[in-house]
Amino acid sequence: MRIVNTAVPKVDAMALVTGKPVYTDDLAPKNCLIVKLLRSPHAFAKICDMDTAVAAQMPGIACVITHRDVPRHRFTMAGQSYPEPSPYDRLILDQIVRYVGDPVAIVAGTTEKEVEKAMREITVSYEVFEPVLDPEKALDHPSVIHPEKDWHVNFDIGSQVERNLCCSGGFESGDTGAEFSASDVIVDEVYHVKANSQAMMETFRTYTYLDHNNRLTIVTSTQIPFHIRQIAARALGIPKQNIRVIKPRIGAGFGAKQTLISELFPAIVTLTTGKPAKIVFDRTESFIGSTSRHEMIIRVKVGADKEGKLLAIHLHTLSNTGAYGEHAPTTVGLSGHKTLPLYNKAKACKFSYQVVYTNTMSAGAFRGYGATQGTFALESAMNELAAKLGMDPLTLRLKNLLAEGEILTAYHGEKLNSCALEACIQKGREMIGWEKKFPCVRISDTKVRAVGAAITMQGSSIPNIDMAAVEVRLQDDAYYTLMIGATDMGTGCDTILAQIAAECLECELDKIIVSGVDTDHSPYDTGSYASSTTFLTGMAVVKACERLKGKIIRAAGLRLKTDPAALAFDGRAIFNDNEKDDEKNRINLDDLAKSLVVGAGHCLSATASHSSPVSPPPFMAGFVEIEMDLETGKTHVIDYVGVVDCGTPINPNLARLQTEGGIVQGIGMALFEDITYGKTGKMMNNSFMQYKIPSRLDLGEIRVAFQSSYEPAGPFGAKSIGEVVINTPAPAIAHAITNACGIHLRTLPMTAENILMKIREKQ
Amino acid sequence: MFGLKEYRVAQSLDQADQLLHEHKNNVILGGLLWMRMGRKNYHTGIDLSQLGLDRILETEEAIEIGCMTRLRQIETSGILDACFGRVLADAVSHIVGVQFRNAATMGGSVFSRFSFSDVVTALLALETHVHLYRGGILPLETFLESSPQRDILVKLSLKKKAWKTSYQSHRMTATDFPVLAAAISCCEDRWRISLGARPSRAKLATKAAALLPKKPDAAQIAAACDQVVEEMSFGGNQRGTREYREILAKVLVKRGVEAVCR
Amino acid sequence: MQISCDINGKAYTRHIEPDLVLIDFLRDLGFLSLKQGCDTTNCGLCTVWVDGTPRLSCAMLAAGIQGRQITTIEGVEKEAAAFGQFLAAQGADQCGFCSPGFIMNVLAMERELTDPSDDQIKHYLAGNLCRCTGYAGQMRAITLYLGARKGELSCE
Repeated sequence: MRIVNTAVPKVDAMALVTGKPVYTDDLAPKNCLIVKLLRSPHAFAKICDMDTAVAAQMPGIACVITHRDVPRHRFTMAGQSYPEPSPYDRLILDQIVRYVGDPVAIVAGTTEKEVEKAMREITVSYEVFEPVLDPEKALDHPSVIHPEKDWHVNFDIGSQVERNLCCSGGFESGDTGAEFSASDVIVDEVYHVKANSQAMMETFRTYTYLDHNNRLTIVTSTQIPFHIRQIAARALGIPKQNIRVIKPRIGAGFGAKQTLISELFPAIVTLTTGKPAKIVFDRTESFIGSTSRHEMIIRVKVGADKEGKLLAIHLHTLSNTGAYGEHAPTTVGLSGHKTLPLYNKAKACKFSYQVVYTNTMSAGAFRGYGATQGTFALESAMNELAAKLGMDPLTLRLKNLLAEGEILTAYHGEKLNSCALEACIQKGREMIGWEKKFPCVRISDTKVRAVGAAITMQGSSIPNIDMAAVEVRLQDDAYYTLMIGATDMGTGCDTILAQIAAECLECELDKIIVSGVDTDHSPYDTGSYASSTTFLTGMAVVKACERLKGKIIRAAGLRLKTDPAALAFDGRAIFNDNEKDDEKNRINLDDLAKSLVVGAGHCLSATASHSSPVSPPPFMAGFVEIEMDLETGKTHVIDYVGVVDCGTPINPNLARLQTEGGIVQGIGMALFEDITYGKTGKMMNNSFMQYKIPSRLDLGEIRVAFQSSYEPAGPFGAKSIGEVVINTPAPAIAHAITNACGIHLRTLPMTAENILMKIREKQ
Repeated sequence: MFGLKEYRVAQSLDQADQLLHEHKNNVILGGLLWMRMGRKNYHTGIDLSQLGLDRILETEEAIEIGCMTRLRQIETSGILDACFGRVLADAVSHIVGVQFRNAATMGGSVFSRFSFSDVVTALLALETHVHLYRGGILPLETFLESSPQRDILVKLSLKKKAWKTSYQSHRMTATDFPVLAAAISCCEDRWRISLGARPSRAKLATKAAALLPKKPDAAQIAAACDQVVEEMSFGGNQRGTREYREILAKVLVKRGVEAVCR
Repeated sequence: MQISCDINGKAYTRHIEPDLVLIDFLRDLGFLSLKQGCDTTNCGLCTVWVDGTPRLSCAMLAAGIQGRQITTIEGVEKEAAAFGQFLAAQGADQCGFCSPGFIMNVLAMERELTDPSDDQIKHYLAGNLCRCTGYAGQMRAITLYLGARKGELSCE
C-alpha cells in the first residue's frame, strides 16, 4: 500500500491552522435576521397564555413565532434512516414544555440587542405541573410527559407512553437462571452513568435563506445533512425537493450534531419572512438546549465457576431519554449488544431494558452511544468478579475472550472475521508494566499508585441500514473529483477517503479533490455517525474507483482502437498489458482526459453505493495508572495506554489522534464531567465554568499502539475507530481506584470527595 | 455581556472618583472577566489604565501593588518572590489560564471580596492593607468584614518582613475554582492561617495560629488543625460537602505548616 | 464613540458603541479567525495579542483598545503556518475550531518563555481547551517545533 496506511496531513489542515473563514458563522451573509429563542423556565408546564404583540411591534423585529404558528406534524429530531426508530414526539414549538430550556418563542430581528430587548417584552403564563426528575421514579409517575394523541412510532419499540415508558425490550440466549444456580461465584451490582455533554468547541449554529427559485437552503454545522433535509421537510410541511442542506467545515460534533438542534428555528423564520436568518447558540444554550449522553442505571449479574469460566451474564439497563425520545431505542440496545459479545463464550446471557421519559433535557447521541455506559457496567462487574475469584483480571478476560471465527450470539448472530483483542491485551499489559504495578504500589505515607484495565468493542456502521454513495469523476486533466455525502467533522474523513481513492486510482493524494457536502450535488450518505465513514463510505469509494478504472480503460480502448481486455492502467497511463513498450497501444491519462471533453468525447465518472450486512467490531484494551492522594482522595491519571484493533489504519496519525482524543474524553467522563439538575429541573452545569472537561493539566501521558487485524469486509482491511476509543477509561480508572484503596465506586464521575468518603467509610 | 452607555478614561484618581459617584450605575472597569458574565446595564464605565496603577513598587517598609496590576504580573514578579516566597504566585497560577491572568486585576480580585478567591486567601496570610480612595487605609481583614461601599481600591500594601509561606489548595480540576484554599505564613515566630473558599470568604484562624510555636511537632500541628475546624465554619456547595471541607482543612493546613517548616 | 487602533500593522479608526465586545469588533472588520467557544472566559478560543500580550477578546471592550496594537492570526500568518505545519504533521489540527486561539497562545509562549519544560508548556497553555485531540498531538507538535526553531536560531 502506497498511500493507505500512511500518515499524511489532512487535506484541509493549512486552512484550519491559519484561521481561514470556513465555518458556518464565517459564511453567513451579513444581512441575516438574528434569531433567538425564549425558553421555558419550568421543567413541565403548559402554556396557558402568551402575549407577543408588544414584542412583535418593537423596532427591528421581523417576526415572533409561537406554538400557535408552527405546523402540527410531529417528528423526531434524531438523525436516523427512515423509518426512524425514535418516536415522533416533537413539534417545532409545543404548547406543552417538557424541560427547563424547552423553546417557547422564536424571535427574529435585525440586531441581537433589538431581539433581546423584544424578548424581555414577551409575557407567558404557564400552568406548572409536577416534573419527573428521577428516572427511577418515572415509570407510572402521575405526571405523563407525553400525553399527546398524535405521539407516533414508526414500528413497535415496546412503548407504553402513558407510563412514561419510551421503549423496552430484550434478548436472551441460553438459560441464565440455571447457569446462575450452577455458578460458584456471582457478582450482582448496579452501576450508574450520569449524563454527559459532548462539549464540542463549535456550538450549534445555522443560517437559512430562500434562493431565487424559492427553495429553502440550510447551511449548518451538522453531521447529518441528508437527514436534516428529510426531517425539515416533515417538520416544516414542505416538499423535500424544495430543501437544500449545505455542510461547511464544522467544529466537531461527537454525536451532538447527529440530531437537529438549531436548524428548524431560522428555517421557519426564513419561510415566514422570506429573509435570510441565522441562529448561533451560545455555550449555555448548547449545554441546556441540545441533547446529552443518556443517563443509564445498569444492573449486571455475572456468574462463573471457580476456574473463572463465565457461565451467565444478565444485564439490565434503565435509560433516561429526558424530555424527548431521540436515539432512545437505539442507544439502549448498544448497552447490551456492544458489550455482551466480548464474552461470547458465556453459556447463557440475558439483556433487558427500559427507557423512560423524564423532564430533563433530551438525551441523544454521544460517541459510544450506549456502548460506553454498558462497558462501564460490564467491565466493572468483570473486574469485581476477578477479585472475588482471586484471579488476575486480565487472565479472566483471556480465558473468556471472543475469537475470530465465532458466531456472536449477542451481536445479531454475526460471524467475527477479524479480532486482535488478545494481542491488544498482551501489548497493553506490557506497555503499562502490569506485572510490576498490579494491583498497587505504595509510594509514600499518603500516596499510592495503582493500575486498572478494561476491554471494549464497538461496531462499524449500522448493518443493512447505513448507506453511503460516492461519485468519482475524471476531470479534463489527470485529476479527479471525489464527491461524497459523508461529513468530515474534523476527524479527517475527507482525507481518509481521498487516500483510499488515491490508492485505488494509483495517483498522488493531491490529484483527488474532495468536494464539500451539499445535498443538491453530493451523493446520498446517512452521515458521520455509528463509526461508518471509513468502513462504509470508504468501501463505496473503492467500488466507485474500480468502476472508474474500468471506464478509463474502455475509453482508452476506443481511442486506441484496441480491445480493452488487452489494456492495463497504472494510474498514469493506459497501455498494452502484454507488451508494455508497445507505443501504438499506449496513452497517457492526461492526454486521454483532455481528449474526452472535446467533441464526441465521453466524460468519465463512476458511482457506487455501499451498505454492509455486517458491522465488524473494532476492539480496544485500555490500561491506566493512577496516583491517589489518600488524605484528600484526589486521583490523577499519570499514564494511560490504549491498544486498538481498528483493522488496517488508513491513516495512522489520524487513528492515533482519534484514540488520544477519545481516551481524554473518557477520563473526563470518569473523573470530572457531571450533568446535574437542581430541585426544579434546572441544569446546574451549564457552562465550562461548571462543567469541567479535561484541560491539558488534568492528565499525564497518553500512549497508543495498534494491533491490527485484517477485516475482509472493509476497505483495505479497515474497520472503524471513531467511538470505541471512549469506552475504556471509566471502567479502567474505577478498577485502579479499587486496586489503590479497596473501595468500589459504581457511580460516575468518581470525584476526590466520593473516593475519600468511601475510604473513611471502609475504615 | 453587560451594557454600557458611556466609556471614560480617567485622567486622575480624583476624576475617577467623581465619575464613580455621578451615577449609581457607574462602574470601575477592571479585568471585565466577571462583569462580562452578567447582563447588567451600566451607565458609565471608568477606565483607570492611564493612571500608572499597574505596577508593583518596593518602598522601605512595604511592597505596593497597584489596583490595575494583573494577576500574571503577580505570578512572574521577582520582587514578590523575594519578599514573600511563592505564596502569591502559587495562589494565582491555577486560575483559568495565562490569557485570563493577563486581564484579571488585583484591585478587582480584592474589591469583589469573592468567597472563592485564591488571591484574597493568600493576601490574608500576609500583613496586607487595602488603600481606598475615600475609605482610607484598612487592614485586609477589616475590609473583608465591612459591607461593600462605592469606592476605588487604589492599591494594596504588604508589609516587608521575614515571611515564610506556603499556599495549599484542592481543586476538582487543575484550573477550576478551589474546593478549599489555604495560605500559611510564619514571621517573627507568629503564624497566620488563612482559609478561603470554605465556601465562604477567606478568614484567619487566629486561635489555631496562636497554638503553633516556632517549630511545631506533629502533635502540635494536629492540635492546631483540630482547632481550625473548631473555630471556623465550613459549608457545602456544588463542589463539596461541609464534611469534606472540614477534612480538607486539616490536610491543607497540616501540609502548609510542614512546608513552611522545611 | 470613536476609537483608533492598529490591527495587524494597519491603522483603523471606527465609530463604535461603548459596550461593543472586542471579538465582535474584530469579526465585523473581517478577522474571522476569532472564535467564541464559551460564555465564561474558560476556553481560550478567542485569544488575540494586545500590545503583544495574549488576551481573551471575548472579555475586552473595543473601547479599551484605543491607541493599542492588536494582533490576530491573520497578522502572523507565516509564523502560524510554520507552527501549523507541525500540527498538521501530527494530524492534530482536527476540527480546527480551537486552532487559531491555541496557535496565538503558542506563539506568545515562544516569545515569553525560554526553553520551557513540558510542564511549563502545559501550564502556559492551560487556558486553551481542546475537545478533539486530548492534547497529546498538540504537545508533540510543540516539542518538535521548538526543537526545530532552536536549531534554526543556532544556525544563524
